Amino acid sequence: MSGPATPYPVDEARPYTPGALEKALLDGFQDGFPLTERPYRAIAEKCGVSEEDVVAAIARMQEAKAISRVGAVVRPNTAGASTLAAMAVPPERLDDVAAQVNGYDQVTHNYEREHELNLWFVVTATGRDMVDNVLQDIETATGLTVLDLSLVEDYHIDLGFPLQWT
Amino acid sequence: MNAAAAVAAQSDEARAAFALDDLDRRIIAATQSGLPLTPRPYHAVAETVGATPDDVIARFNRMLDSGAIRRIGVIPNHYRLGFRANGMSVWDVDDATASVLGGEVGALDFVSHAYLRPRHLPEWRYNLFAMVHGRDRGEVERKVRNIADLLGDACRANDILYSTRILKKTGLRLSPGANGQERT
Repeated sequence: MSGPATPYPVDEARPYTPGALEKALLDGFQDGFPLTERPYRAIAEKCGVSEEDVVAAIARMQEAKAISRVGAVVRPNTAGASTLAAMAVPPERLDDVAAQVNGYDQVTHNYEREHELNLWFVVTATGRDMVDNVLQDIETATGLTVLDLSLVEDYHIDLGFPLQWT
Repeated sequence: MNAAAAVAAQSDEARAAFALDDLDRRIIAATQSGLPLTPRPYHAVAETVGATPDDVIARFNRMLDSGAIRRIGVIPNHYRLGFRANGMSVWDVDDATASVLGGEVGALDFVSHAYLRPRHLPEWRYNLFAMVHGRDRGEVERKVRNIADLLGDACRANDILYSTRILKKTGLRLSPGANGQERT
């Protein structure tokens, strides 16, 4: 879901502890959300709870940011274009350059990573030309090289991710 | 053909065969921040995009069948659920076998995304990316060792790039027409 681009350090924000129904939703419904008239009721029947309970649990997890949404995962580059880009930013400039990069609406994700190439971001636009323009713009604005690591092939079946409660 | 290679081949085929039309794009745009939390969510989407609920459901089914949509479901925020370590494992794999091996790595259940990407020598030698989440770095490292075992001699070098800050993370934000977001 679109939210404010609030940076949060990795060592902050305590983990969210899901309840029993929430765990069941996370474990059983990362894939195969019913394409029927009343999908929440269909899920409720499988979980032995009410439709209202399911809707409330999803709303609660969404509010807590434990889930980003219930929805579709669209394959990359299905209609628009996107790329993963990387930059080696001098540490003292990192916050400023990150802010410049984040200033582009086309930048949907941006991570600091532990490597000489320390800034990794995703650029998404309606077409490849626009992606190239954004990368070029960022190079010009920052005076730093941007590596364009466009997808060659994408494998994952992406049926969701087992969370392995402990 | 092994299962992973079959998946890769299938997705290539679907990619070639299927293009989204305007209604598909409107449906994706209307639901990119989530399906409505109302008893009949497809009815609500149908109203937004000017179609019937049956059309919306049929379009979702078609996009799923073609691979344009991977899945529909709950999209967890791993970090918030306690998976504090996010490791981008990167691998320098022989080009001749990278595609098949990428399929095998992508099929591992603990790999959330796997991609083949171009090298940029001399700065960047790695061509295979596999995202691995763990509750801590030890868990990520154990999973990465499993990948190393799978790749065997085909892997010439590897590294793990941990994220230390999430500087921006937005959902799929589309003006109508674009929906090609990559994920890291």
